[in-house]
Amino acid sequence: MVKADNNQIARSSPFKAWAINHIRTLIASLGAMTRQPASSFMTVAVIAIALALPAGLFVLLNNASNISIGWDNSAQISVFLKADTSEKQAQKLMGKLRLYDDVAQISLINKKQALKEFKKISGFGDAIEALGDNPLPHVLTIQPVIDANRPDKIHHLIKQLNQQKQVELAQLDLQWVKRLFAMLEIAQRAIWVVASLLGIAVLLVVGNTIRLDIQNRREEIEVTKLIGGTDAFIRRPFLYTGLWYGISGGISAWLLTALSISLLDNSVEHLASLYNSGFQLKGLSFSEGINLIGFSCFLGLSGSWIAVGRHLSEIEPS
Amino acid sequence: MIRFDNVCKRYPGGYEALNNVSFHLPRGEMAFLTGHSGAGKSTLLKLIALIERPSRGNLLLDGINLSSVGNSKVPYIRRNIGIVFQNHHLLYDRTVFDNVSLPLIIAGYQHKEIGKRVRAALDQVGLLKKEKSAPITLSGGEQQRVGIARAIVHKPGLLLADEPTGNLDPELSKEIMALFRRFNDVGVTVLIASHNLELIKQMGNPVISLNQGALSHNDLSVTSHG
Repeated sequence: MVKADNNQIARSSPFKAWAINHIRTLIASLGAMTRQPASSFMTVAVIAIALALPAGLFVLLNNASNISIGWDNSAQISVFLKADTSEKQAQKLMGKLRLYDDVAQISLINKKQALKEFKKISGFGDAIEALGDNPLPHVLTIQPVIDANRPDKIHHLIKQLNQQKQVELAQLDLQWVKRLFAMLEIAQRAIWVVASLLGIAVLLVVGNTIRLDIQNRREEIEVTKLIGGTDAFIRRPFLYTGLWYGISGGISAWLLTALSISLLDNSVEHLASLYNSGFQLKGLSFSEGINLIGFSCFLGLSGSWIAVGRHLSEIEPS
Repeated sequence: MIRFDNVCKRYPGGYEALNNVSFHLPRGEMAFLTGHSGAGKSTLLKLIALIERPSRGNLLLDGINLSSVGNSKVPYIRRNIGIVFQNHHLLYDRTVFDNVSLPLIIAGYQHKEIGKRVRAALDQVGLLKKEKSAPITLSGGEQQRVGIARAIVHKPGLLLADEPTGNLDPELSKEIMALFRRFNDVGVTVLIASHNLELIKQMGNPVISLNQGALSHNDLSVTSHG
């Protein structure tokens, strides 16, 4: 035995001691979890399911928006020209409009052609002939450039078209697109609500697990305090346990989402092929997955932080 | 090392556990604290270990006035104290080695150093071969020695023991006391609370006696120059 004053010699530097302690606790808390595989598995599973649900909904919503963007391309603006516009003027206008940035494609349906088609399709051939004059105007059909981020651009284009001298009316039936977007927005908000509620659930699950852990290790906490463990030292294993729950819960949630998507993918592909579409379900992207894990870590850490803050100070040696 | 200056401890509810206690335990001394149960022995030790705080008076440990020590500094004070408990306070979910290494882990010693020191401490209490055992498989005397190894593994300057032989037979008690004596021989200050008067008499160390919270007998001086 040497006197107490020689203690410092074999001690690591404060920073090194701190780092050693952190790494030691990180590994030890993982070890403690694996020593209780059943209860750890259940906690992780609850976190995984709670997070996979909103993540899965998010994926479906993303796919739905992708489809709707595809449909947007079929949106057409019909430009009815004034009745007294000659075919030559119509051609000239078409040439001018073709140069617009927002116009992807433009074509002219001249009135003779339109009348012929109308007779054929409508079956009112005789009645129309009786009219003598061709009542139909020239029509320009325009496929606008779709910018999903700026739906107002189309409106701007329509406004521009309506200001043209020869244009009687330019119109786009965007109503269904608007409705779809509105529905998607509601769905998005619903997912956020669900995600928030389930996030709180994860917080409580982790908090409760850590609280039980603290109670089970009451003796250890008392002894550690008695032999000079700081509050930070005692807090650390519980926080790391929460972090591990978060990490493993997040990874499991990602896997669960990927698994569900792959289960759906075949049927969706089949359905899409019936519509002559090459549409495929897209799972979480890498960065979205990382975000999911990060969010899960945050919840795990906060849950344990709350539990530790509330219950650790209650335990004092006596 | 330890100086009590008119220390009083009154618990909430009015119970007075210590009343005007003054004594000075010099560095390197080994002394016994006696008194019937409820006389305030445990309270006195708790005040030194900062588990309780004095209601009145001054308590100096190694020149530091403990009243001025904030809660966040308490762990660092405790690291220079080794405490041996009557009921061992071992952690039964880990091996003897892991129990004894706890103070070193808290202080952030390196892995290699921990192994060396834990084995040295276990060697001193004669349990070198039991390092991988679970404490529950050990006898009462052995468990107490594990507790002692844990108390001295980080080489504290002060060793406190609260009824360390309370549950042991006379033969084992003697062994444990001899162990404390050995630590004292290399300079550790030792204060042992015990009601085993016969054993204390055999040891021949200074004795402080408490009776209903007041000092009734004191072999130590009251002031620092003793």
